[in-house]
Parts: sequence; C-alpha cells; structure tokens
Amino acid sequence: MPGTVIDDIEIIDAGHGGGTGTPAGGDDDSGSPGGRKPVPRRAYFTALQLGLAAIVMFFMALASSYIVRKGLGNDWQRTPMPPVVWFNTAILLISSGTIILARRKLDAKDRDAFRTWWWVTTGLGLMFLAGQIVAWRQLAAEGMMLATNPSSSFFYLLTAAHGAHLAGGICALFYVTSRNWKRSRISQSTAAELTSIYWHFMDGLWVFLLVLLTLGR
Amino acid sequence: MVTHENGGGHGHHEPPSGFIRKYVFSIDHKVIGIQYLCLALFSVFVGMALSALMRLHLGWPLAHWWFFKGGLMTPEQYLALMTMHGTIMVFMVLTTAPQSGFGNYFLPIQIGAADMAFPVLNMLSFWTTFLSLVVMIAAFFVSGGAPIGGWTSYPPLSALGEMAGPGQGAGETLWIVGLAIFCGASLMGALNFITTLIDLRVKGMTLGRLPLTCWTWFVTAILGLLAFGVLLAACILLLLDRVAGTSFFIPGGLVITDQVVTWHKGGSPLLWQHLFWFFGHPEVYIAILPGMGVASHLLSTFSRKPVFGYRAMVAAICGIGFLGFCVWGHHMFISGMSPYSAFAFSILTMTIGVPSAIKTFNWLGTLWGGKIIFNCAMLFALGFVSLFVSGGLSGLFLAQPSLDLYLHDAYFVVAHFHLIMGVAAIFGMFAGMYFWFPKMFGRFLNETIGKIHFWFTFIGVYCIFMPMHFLGLAGHPRRYFDTTAVDYLQKLQPVHVFISIAAFITIGAQFIFLFNFFWSLFWGEEAKEENPWHATTLEWSIPSPPPFDNFGGHEPVVYHGPYEFSVPGAADDYIPQHLAPELVRKAE
Repeated sequence: MPGTVIDDIEIIDAGHGGGTGTPAGGDDDSGSPGGRKPVPRRAYFTALQLGLAAIVMFFMALASSYIVRKGLGNDWQRTPMPPVVWFNTAILLISSGTIILARRKLDAKDRDAFRTWWWVTTGLGLMFLAGQIVAWRQLAAEGMMLATNPSSSFFYLLTAAHGAHLAGGICALFYVTSRNWKRSRISQSTAAELTSIYWHFMDGLWVFLLVLLTLGR
Repeated sequence: MVTHENGGGHGHHEPPSGFIRKYVFSIDHKVIGIQYLCLALFSVFVGMALSALMRLHLGWPLAHWWFFKGGLMTPEQYLALMTMHGTIMVFMVLTTAPQSGFGNYFLPIQIGAADMAFPVLNMLSFWTTFLSLVVMIAAFFVSGGAPIGGWTSYPPLSALGEMAGPGQGAGETLWIVGLAIFCGASLMGALNFITTLIDLRVKGMTLGRLPLTCWTWFVTAILGLLAFGVLLAACILLLLDRVAGTSFFIPGGLVITDQVVTWHKGGSPLLWQHLFWFFGHPEVYIAILPGMGVASHLLSTFSRKPVFGYRAMVAAICGIGFLGFCVWGHHMFISGMSPYSAFAFSILTMTIGVPSAIKTFNWLGTLWGGKIIFNCAMLFALGFVSLFVSGGLSGLFLAQPSLDLYLHDAYFVVAHFHLIMGVAAIFGMFAGMYFWFPKMFGRFLNETIGKIHFWFTFIGVYCIFMPMHFLGLAGHPRRYFDTTAVDYLQKLQPVHVFISIAAFITIGAQFIFLFNFFWSLFWGEEAKEENPWHATTLEWSIPSPPPFDNFGGHEPVVYHGPYEFSVPGAADDYIPQHLAPELVRKAE
C-alpha cells in the first residue's frame, strides 16, 4: 500500500520455525570431529512416523489386493490356519510387554535388567520368526504351497512381508544393545524408544494381518 | 523448546577430503543434488534418442535405415522403444530431476539448514536410484531385449513371460525389479525431504514464510511417501505371478500365441490397473508440482512483485496433492468400470481444475503490472505456464468418460500427457537450471544461447504435440507400429512427417543446451555477486557455489516472507528473507 513504511514490516516471530539453528546430519552418527550439530531429537521420531506411514500404505495395498482378489475370482479356497500361528501371536504380544519392561528399566538406570529384558525381547522376536517358518512348513505339509491357491499365495506373501519388516526390527534390537552409544549422536534411550515404537507397530500390524487372514480365508 | 541429543558441538562440520567421499559417495546434499541432475541429464538424452527412433519410423514407416537389422524396425522393437522411453522419462527424469535434483540442492538451503536431516540415507537414496537405472537399462541387453508392455506394464501380457513377446522374458523381469528398487529409493528420499522440512527449518522460517518451491517439494515428497509403497506392493505381486506361478493378475483360459494358459486362473488384470494408477496419478503430480513451485518463484522474482495470493497458492498445492489420490480411476474409464464409479472419478478429476485454475489465475495476477524481466529463466517459467494451460485444458476433455471412451487410446492422450506432465515439467527444470546455475556453479549460463534454446524448444514442442490432438480426434490409435495398413491412417501420414521433423529440430535444440551447459560451466560469465538476480530467498545470501555446510557455521534468521518485492517505502525493490528489519533501507 502506498505510504506504508518499512517499520511496519512484520517483526520476526523467531522460534516458530523448525529448528533453532542449522542442524544437520541425523544419521551420520560416527562422531566425526568438526563439532557438527546433530538434528533435533524429534526429527528421528518424525522420520519413524513417516516410515510407518509408508509401511501402512504398502500393507494396505496388499490387504486391498487380498480383498479384491477374493471378491473377483471364483477359485478362492479356504487356507487352513496353521495351529502354530496362535502360539507365534502370543509370543509376539508377550514381546511387546517385555520391551516395555526393558525401557522402564533403562529409564530407571538399571542397565543390567534393561539388557536382560531387551535380550528376552530379541529372543522372542527370533522365536516368532522361527515359528512363522514352522507355520509355512505345516501349511506346505497340507499341500498348500505359494501357487496352490490365491488364498495360500496371500498367506505366504503377507506373512513373508511382515516377517521381513519384523526382521528389520530385530536388527534394530541387536543394534541398540551392541553399539557404543558414547560415540553416537543419539542416546541409547532414544534409540530404544524408537525401536520399541517400531516393535509395537509390528505387533499391531501382525494382529491386523491375522484378523484379515482369519476372517478372509 | 528444541532438544538436541548429547549436546553436540556447535559450528560448521568439516568437508570430506578424498575424491570418493567428496564426489562419489558424498553425503553433501548439494553434491547429491548434482548427481541426481546428472543422472536425469543422461537419462533424458537416452529417452530422447529412443523417441527419435520412434519418430523416424512413424514419419517414414517404409524407409530403410542402416541401423536396423534388415533395414526396417520390427513391431517389437517399436514397442520396446516406446516402453523404455516412457519408463526412463517418467521415473529417471521427471521424478528425479525436479524433486531429487533441485529439491536436494535447494530445499535445505532455502530453509536455512546445513544439510538434509539424514545425509547417509540421502546418499543411499541416490545410489539406489542409480542401481535401478542400471537394472532397467540392462533390459536392453538381455535375451529378448527390452520389455514391450508399455510404461504401465499391464498384465496379463506383462505377467506371462516370454510367450507374450520377446521382451516380456528377462527384460520385463528386470524392468519390474528395477522399478521395485526405484520405489525403495524414492521412499528413502521422500522420508528425508519431509523430515528435513518439518524439523530443520531455521529460526523465523515459519510455514507462512516458506518459498513456494519448498511447499511443492514438501507436498511432492508426501505424495511419493504414500504412493511408492503401493507401487512396490504391485511390483511384488506381478513378480510373483511371473516367477512363482501365482495368479494375482492372470485370469484363466487365456490363449497367447496359439497356446492355452492352463497354469493360471482367476486373477484380475484390473487389480494391477487399480494399484498402478493409485500410484500413477500422484506420480503425475510428483512430476509437475516442483515445476509449479519453480514457476511461481521465478514469476515473482522476475516480475519484481510478490506472488499473488500466496496462501491460495499453498492451498492449491495441497489441494492438488490431496485430489491426486482420489482420481486414479480416470485412467480406467475404458476398463468397463461401473458408470457410477466413472461419474465419481470424473467429478473428482474435474475438481482438480479448481486448484489448477487458482494457480494459473495467481500466476497471471503475479505478472500483472510487474516490471517483467525476460531472461532465459523467466522465459522458461512463462513457457511452463503456457504448456500447463495447454496441456491442462485437454485434461478437462479426458475427464469426461463419454469423451474418454473415444479418445483414450488415441493420440489425443499422448498430446495431453506429454504437454502437461512431460514438457511442462521439463520447462520447469530448464527454468530452474537457468535460474540456479550461477548459484550452483558460480557462473551464468549464456543468455543468448539460452534464448535460442528456449525459442526452438518452445515452438518445437508445440509443433510436436499440438498436431497430435488432431490425430487423436481423427481417430488415430496410439501405440500403433504400422500406420500404413489402414486407409484412413495413411491420409494422416503428412501430419506424422511434420511431427517427426519438428521432433528432430527440437531434439537438436537440446544439444544447444548441452553445449551451453558445459561451455558455461568452464567459460561462462562469472557470478561475482552472491545475489545476481536480486532475489529474496536464503540461497542468495551465501557464496556461489555455496560452502560445504551452506552457511559456514553461521545461523541465518528469517525475518521476512519469501516474496517481498517492490515493498512500498523500501529503497530496494527486494527485501531478502534474512535481512533484519533495522537493516532494510528506507526510500528517501
């Protein structure tokens, strides 16, 4: 507007932006010299949430395909649910409990108890994966292979996709206990929190897939 | 309150020394941005070479050429060229250059950050993209050659293997694997872009002060994050149909090359189409949105006026992004879908006209009454607006199922998507290149050569694609190899000759750009000023080219909106975002 002077220019509302500096280097956690300022802690949580959103879209695409394929074809046969799957589910649900316990111990600075519960969680995760392989073998023993029927195809595919993502979680569990966090740009507590969120998500995702596979078969 | 882990020292981080860490496996977002641009530059020339061969055949279908076995192109070769042209252009050029290239280089700088949030992930994202390009290009060299199923790779022919055609064997498998790898790379990139923009903005850089380029990179990254996972799932299903004998997409009772397919049954080819286009339509906006951001940015800068209706522009960007996920069905009007579904998709598709019209109106509003500077960057930005309108208007035709039934498999659609998705997006990239070249390399691109490049390209692309509308209206089917066998197509042959000549001239003009690029890189006029365009955003507050950590350990603070041009009462006609209010010179 004519006559407006620069004094009227909006005064800075500092702090409403993202960071308060020029942070960079969230995953360059080598502790290299140079005093590089790490990214804010929340960036890791943002990234995790975004990663989970992408995983949701991936599994929603498969779940939609499952529903559509079942509705369109006339060749759908019921795939029996291998009994070991229920045991595996219980294992995974328990592991969500043990990871909560582990984090509580870490918050209480009881590192030995933390390591114990963390390893228990890791062991339960590995048991779940092994159990899923047993489920595949039980299904194969009944003659239901990957290409036998669209129902069995989806069973193998969804369990494999979930297993692959869960294996990523197990790698994270190992990482949290094995690396030297003194040289890292994030604390062990943050890493444990991020891993546990991912782990709970994998747990919930499995329950969703189990409901889908049970009701849809 | 922002908390940082472990405190961490403050100040600049050290640049890497060795060649490998500095230029090859670099974690510097600027180097990675240039790597993406180089990958796209290589890919665009490969894609153009493929289109030149197609145009050669379409213009003179009976002529003999020494480089074809027996002198003539085969139908399979034509389809392979078409498939790989589309694939390379869409994924390796239109998805990488505007977003991963320019976005990587300038997003962190424009928000005041020293790098992306996760530099190592950024590097991984580039090299994964590179791997996917290698895998896709490898399809040319395997038995049977490149796939022939088009860039949409519709099953069942894409799912049946070699029996469906020579390129549908190993070539198609490599295509799918390459695309799946590309999905992974794009997901990593999208995650990094969004996190960077949300959490690494510098003090004062509120959402309302983000340059529109950042807004478009942000929304594009969200589209990528939500869309590429779906394409990845589709690729896995298709791959399993091919290699594991499943029947997700393959129906029973197919007869392919006199052979009855008995080992598949019950699958739905339409399922692939739904999955593919749920990704495919957002992909259109992944290609075009960054161009919109660059055009908005440049129209304001070179009109010396603020962007007209900044908030409306942001709303339009978000609106286009959201609606992009609701309209995939308009690619499937001819699939036999229910007329009610088609009606819903049609209405939603035409709704995109609203934010698109807002953007066009605001671009014109930005130009209105401005002191327009017609340099190369501005010319390409104006060219973008022209092509966006020309290509977008035909979209309103195609959004109507009754018209689409006739036009869908005709050249009309080729004209439409090339203008709006291909050429407009490429004009956005050229505009960005002419604008940011001095910042990236410390030298200007030559303006005279650039204007020759612009006019040849601008007139050229219209000469190529406008006549295709008429070919389509005349009923010329697309993807046809042989245009000589049908009477009514023979009468359209002179149009093909005209298009082919226009295509060769336009492709030739791109070598002018290539020459300008490399000549200017070494001998172009030096950009001595930090801010030669008198622009406002943060990248123009640092040296050209920028130092390793962008701001040299200094933390910029943002006080102004991104487009404060010709502010009444100010001595200069621009106020940089980082300039403290007390330093703004008042008019005498």
